[in-house]
Amino acid sequence: MFKDITLGQYYQTDSLLHRLDPRVKLVGTLVYIISLFVVDSFTGYILAGIFLVCMIRLSNVPVGFIVRGMRAILILLLITMSFNLFLTPGEVIFRAGFLKITKQGLSFAVKMAIRLSLLVIGSSLMTLTTTPNQLTDAIESLLGPMKRFRVPVHEIAMMMSIALRFIPILMEETDKIMKAQIARGADFESKNLIKKMKSLVPLLVPLFISAFRRANDLAMAMEARCYRGGAGRTKMKPLVYQGRDQAAYFVLVAFFAVCVVLRLAPIPF
Amino acid sequence: MIKISKLVHDYIQRDEEGNPSGTVRAIDDVSLDVKPGQFIAILGHNGSGKSTLAKHLNALLFPTEGAVWVNGLDTRDRDLLWDVRQTAGMVFQNPDNQIIGQVVEEDVGFGPENMGVPTEEIWKRVEESLKAVSMYDYRKKSPNRLSGGQKQRVCIAGVIAMHPRCIVMDEPTAMLDPSGRADVIRAALDLNRNEGITVILITHYMEEAIQADHIFVMDKGKVTMQGSPREVFSRVEEMQALHLDVPQVTLLAHRLRQSGLAIPEGILTKEELAEALRRCRQ
Repeated sequence: MFKDITLGQYYQTDSLLHRLDPRVKLVGTLVYIISLFVVDSFTGYILAGIFLVCMIRLSNVPVGFIVRGMRAILILLLITMSFNLFLTPGEVIFRAGFLKITKQGLSFAVKMAIRLSLLVIGSSLMTLTTTPNQLTDAIESLLGPMKRFRVPVHEIAMMMSIALRFIPILMEETDKIMKAQIARGADFESKNLIKKMKSLVPLLVPLFISAFRRANDLAMAMEARCYRGGAGRTKMKPLVYQGRDQAAYFVLVAFFAVCVVLRLAPIPF
Repeated sequence: MIKISKLVHDYIQRDEEGNPSGTVRAIDDVSLDVKPGQFIAILGHNGSGKSTLAKHLNALLFPTEGAVWVNGLDTRDRDLLWDVRQTAGMVFQNPDNQIIGQVVEEDVGFGPENMGVPTEEIWKRVEESLKAVSMYDYRKKSPNRLSGGQKQRVCIAGVIAMHPRCIVMDEPTAMLDPSGRADVIRAALDLNRNEGITVILITHYMEEAIQADHIFVMDKGKVTMQGSPREVFSRVEEMQALHLDVPQVTLLAHRLRQSGLAIPEGILTKEELAEALRRCRQ
């Protein structure tokens, strides 16, 4: 059952967004998130919303698929909204008992909800169109200049990709150990929190031992295949910018410029 | 291809504080010679030192005493370390713990990437290697979705992509089901016969050793028996004394011979036994 878990839920299809260089998508997502905090007017949010809708259309990922992913943050969204709604001081427009809603609070809450939704959809669009592997490659390439400051960029990227590779394996192993312990009478169903914590011990100890053993084996296998760090290594799939990637960077800069202008220009709404 | 001379390997035992408290001799004065293109099987029960021996061929371990030469390269010379590892590839027991890539083709490309092979050449090698183990159709798949035998064949492809002269397989079939086991052994045999790669297969499945050109039997760190499969398996009692089985057919032939039938020693296949029985009747 764990075999189907993919981190970041990559949606396999062919589209312009899927074909873009992962570095563009990573930088793009960062710029988009920053721009959501740069704009603070509804005009700005409408612009950001339109930009996102265009991206979704370009990605060929069904809208329903993206909306379903939103369900996970619904509670977070409601809590943030209600905090902003009830706790912002200002001009009172509605009062019920000790709860009061202010004009400023209402505006804050709505803005916050829009901002959060756009943020989550925007970043999930990146993970939907980029495989974890491409993402690690992009991180390695973008952090490349940090090597000069003795940051082990290649090692970090290698660790990330190995971690991703082993997530499904360890999940499956957890499942197996759990069944083995249940067969020996372990109780994982208890509602009692302390009991629940205690029942994790016979699960985690074998899991850690096995993880260490696997790490040891893997290190040996990597050495046997001549792995000696990033120096002198070639890439099977090197990242090369294409024309469309340059165009995408241009669109990104334009979008960000408009956001900055919107922030600076006196827009009442 | 491989020359081992008076090899000794001691593992250092450590107590709880990590101080050396003694040594265990895993390999004790082993000398052997493997010619290019041979298919060698090394047999032995658990703790006989066969895995330790395998790791010496890939310079994952270094001799305590004696020496190992792989294609003329001395494994004690640290400057030759990567050349040795490239010449003698290694396939381990658990396929899950040796696949690094998240896609089959990327895993096969891992070795060439480490060696600094140019990108186009990597793609060429990946294609060739995957075709050599009949896994080319699965190149875009995630290794997690393959069966054990398929994973192990991907591991073999990963080694072939480095263009080694010799492949050392350390119990590659121990965790596989019978059909996966047959696929892996077939892939190893094909490489040996078609590409002329020297194969050293470490196993405790006797059926897999029948196909070998030469068998070494290890016990307590020493090579106790060696010879062609027929020679080795005809010594049924000696094998059993080492807690090793002989192939079932050989055992049956041996028992029939003991009970008085005129059957020659060293029968390895069902066909041979049938033939021998037919002769008995005449």
